[in-house]
Amino acid sequence: MVKVFIYPSNSLILSDLVDRFGHEPLAMMQEIGKKIRTAGLDSPPINITPEDPKLGLKYAAVEVPSGVRGRMSLLGPLLEEAEAGIIVREPDIAFGCMGCARTNELINFLVRAKKVPLLELDYPNTEDEAKIFVHKIREFLDGLSGAQSGKGDE
Amino acid sequence: MAKENLVKIAQLSCGSEYSGIQKEIETAAAMVDAEIIFPEITIDDVKAVEESFGLQVASPDLKLMMARAQALVDGKTNADAVLIATCFRCAEAALVRNEMRRYIHENSKFPVISYSFTERTTAATLLTRLEALTTTARRRSLLAREHQEGLTAGIDSGSTTTKAVIMQDDKVIGTGWVPTVKVMESATEALNNAMKEAGITRDEIQALGVTGYGRFLIGDEFKADLIQEEITVNSKGAVYLAGHQKGQATVIDIGGMDNKAISVQDGIPGMFTMGGICAGASGRFLEMTSKRLGVDITELGALAVKGMQEHVEMNSYCIVFGIQSLVNSLAKGSVPEDVAAAACYSVVEQVFEQQLQEVEVKEPLIMVGGSSLIEGIPKAMHDLLNIEVTVPPYAQYIGAVGAALLASGFINK
Repeated sequence: MVKVFIYPSNSLILSDLVDRFGHEPLAMMQEIGKKIRTAGLDSPPINITPEDPKLGLKYAAVEVPSGVRGRMSLLGPLLEEAEAGIIVREPDIAFGCMGCARTNELINFLVRAKKVPLLELDYPNTEDEAKIFVHKIREFLDGLSGAQSGKGDE
Repeated sequence: MAKENLVKIAQLSCGSEYSGIQKEIETAAAMVDAEIIFPEITIDDVKAVEESFGLQVASPDLKLMMARAQALVDGKTNADAVLIATCFRCAEAALVRNEMRRYIHENSKFPVISYSFTERTTAATLLTRLEALTTTARRRSLLAREHQEGLTAGIDSGSTTTKAVIMQDDKVIGTGWVPTVKVMESATEALNNAMKEAGITRDEIQALGVTGYGRFLIGDEFKADLIQEEITVNSKGAVYLAGHQKGQATVIDIGGMDNKAISVQDGIPGMFTMGGICAGASGRFLEMTSKRLGVDITELGALAVKGMQEHVEMNSYCIVFGIQSLVNSLAKGSVPEDVAAAACYSVVEQVFEQQLQEVEVKEPLIMVGGSSLIEGIPKAMHDLLNIEVTVPPYAQYIGAVGAALLASGFINK
């Protein structure tokens, strides 16, 4: 099982596909879930505190807007864990909405810079494209299993 | 504060949750008996907004913000006021914030405030702004007052000085101005001075209004009829003293600790900003300049109007390094007049760059507060904006006059 960073990071469909094909999705929902389930004076529903953007300083400098750094405090640790990645380009809002374009630019770059196995594909607009979309993702994820078992064999 | 009727503030924002300050916004709203609401929209509204509004942006949260603004203007949401907030240093968000503010202002009656935040923004930072916003939404009848009646007093407990006035039948009959040392003692002294000049005693005052940083403390102690933030009070006081109570106006107050730029319609604040991040853009910078030049602050303005700011190289807006630039210029042989002019221009330029972009500058431009009496300040503002700048009589007592004026609405209540 490989840890796969997904973009959009809150896409339930993408997260589900990774899970169904035998890998562990690294998604925003699990990080938000941890925030909500962790007992604290402010949570829920105020589950991000002013301390979080400071944690994001590890990934983006202080001149970067606080909203980007707050998001990076959640996404950065996921990126560090990532062993593979799937980036869906130009996704529909309903597929998974990443609110801040600057954060999106940064996380897409950081996934690419990590040099892990990466699948980048366009969001499908027709049913046929959707079938090809799922097929490509499955092929990529199956390949990850092979690579991993190959590693084990060595 | 007494419980008042609930004001619904529609929040249009991007990044407030991820900056960790949503709780601060809601806390500040609760302190002024307001509730934050988010206009309901559909996903189709979000998808359509770029085309219908005509502004294309990359961030979906900004599209969401624009769709919510449209829902407000279209009357699909029940709200009383609007808060527009985005992350500080985000250029895309700043464009949307400004255009949304303008769009709502031009197409609806909602009072609007816009703010750019960091993770360090606290409820205390937001309190005065939201207090002004809710007052505008809640107290339109009070703000409609154009005449001062009876015998009333106003106290402005500012960060640097405390001002008091006594007013009777639309005339200022007594004033008091003391440095703020201990808030209560300074307020008492200023009020006593004003009463002495007016020749009255405390029990003759029919209503009292208070404003400024110390308003809650002195309001409780003096049992004031009106405890009100400076934005509302200064707007009202400025148009009243300038004799321009109807129509549009812009009010600028460069204070000891923060600056206010307010776009006013019929004496009621529409859009406003409060700057308080940099001391280099405050009255404190002017105080330090006058000390360095060895003149009293009241003499700085007369010096400045005789000088040419272009003769002095200002390398920084900072209160420390800016003063250093002035000192270096003096060492190179600059005359005090030029240095005084450069200091005034530096402060005004910062207000122009950082605050006047956030409000619509409509003539007349009324400058108030103690700094407006430093002649170099209104002159620099006139030079920069190329519009007439009005400094009304009693401009330094603006908060106290506004408070005394509004307090007369409480006589016999």
